[in-house]
Amino acid sequence: MKDWPLWEVFIRSKHGLGHKHVGSIHATDGQMAIENARDVYTRRNEGASIWVVRSEDIVSSSPGDKDILFEPSEDKVYRHPTFYEVPDDVENM
Amino acid sequence: MYSQLVDTGTKRVLSDEELSERERTFQNKVDADIRIEPKDWMPEKYRNTLIRQIAQHAHSEIVGMLPEGNWITRAPSLRRKLILLAKVQDEAGHGLYLYSAAETLGVSREELVQALHDGRMKYSSIFNYPTLTWADVGAIGWLVDGAAVTNQIPLCRCSYGPYARAMIRVCKEESFHQRQGYEIMLELSRGNAEQKRMAQDALNRWWWPSLMMFGPPDADSVHTQQSMRWKIKRHTNDELRQRFIDQTVPQGHYLGLTFPDPDLKWNEETGHYDIGEIDWSEFWDVVKGNGPCNRERIRARRDAYDNGAWVREAAAAHAEKQRQRREVA
Repeated sequence: MKDWPLWEVFIRSKHGLGHKHVGSIHATDGQMAIENARDVYTRRNEGASIWVVRSEDIVSSSPGDKDILFEPSEDKVYRHPTFYEVPDDVENM
Repeated sequence: MYSQLVDTGTKRVLSDEELSERERTFQNKVDADIRIEPKDWMPEKYRNTLIRQIAQHAHSEIVGMLPEGNWITRAPSLRRKLILLAKVQDEAGHGLYLYSAAETLGVSREELVQALHDGRMKYSSIFNYPTLTWADVGAIGWLVDGAAVTNQIPLCRCSYGPYARAMIRVCKEESFHQRQGYEIMLELSRGNAEQKRMAQDALNRWWWPSLMMFGPPDADSVHTQQSMRWKIKRHTNDELRQRFIDQTVPQGHYLGLTFPDPDLKWNEETGHYDIGEIDWSEFWDVVKGNGPCNRERIRARRDAYDNGAWVREAAAAHAEKQRQRREVA
């Protein structure tokens, strides 16, 4: 018999700002995936909110494209606030 | 300890000159402590070694529920029973984290479970020993989970990212298991004569098998060198075993118990405990399927799987019906 589909689990902790990937789980549907994720990944107060998403629905960047994708940001120093000079007399900026 | 009989396909560690361009790039990344992630290129042997090691680790968690599960209905107090239930639940969770990590390497949980049931994959030799008394539950927590912690802490820095991350979660929970096991041993060894006898008997039976969990001696372990080069393993079997002995012997003495080893003594010169000879013939017997409970354990797993088939089918059919209803709506 075929294995149940794989779901990726994301949990936002009580004081967390965003959902964080914590692992994956097998389940027949979303409801079962949530229930299993609750039992497996939040036994010790880890979370306040759970997202599950079918693994096959996730598209990820390829390690080979890392340079093309991320390198150009390095020469755009003007994107950072520290690039700009502010006179010493101007405070709180 | 989860790499028992894991063949990396190598007879020796290749030198730098023998590596291909891609293999060298890969090795450089490993050397620089850059984590390998699922979509990165990796040598086939690295992939296969990891699949086998992680899957056997996962299988160990699942099979490991059986010896302790044996005592759930007979736990001596409600408190002990609740703790044991929580612990066995953790182990199921550890199995799931680890199967997930293995699946990032391109295998399915289904095929790994089949390989376990067919005897093509192993699990830790320790779970082939029976739990004969309540004290065994304490000894397992203290010694077996203690050995697991010793082994797993370095795995938190394993070169393969998903395995390392799974280990971080597992280690936190494993430490609870070890402490609660020690508490049982402490209570028994401070109890009446019969309880103390039980604790000593459990230590006598679990001590050597726990030491065997770290695997064969370094001299007999050709794959260790390759696994260390790939930073799948960070320490040799003997190094980890020694670390475990040094930490555990004083804990046993604190309980007022003795170890079943007349040659065990502190070595002032080396700063370590020396131990007697491990019975490796027993170890290989157990690994090869002839330990006290090997057949029983696999039969229990297979029965659960086979008898549960109709439930899995029902769940899948129900999910399909719900999906179709949503489509119509």
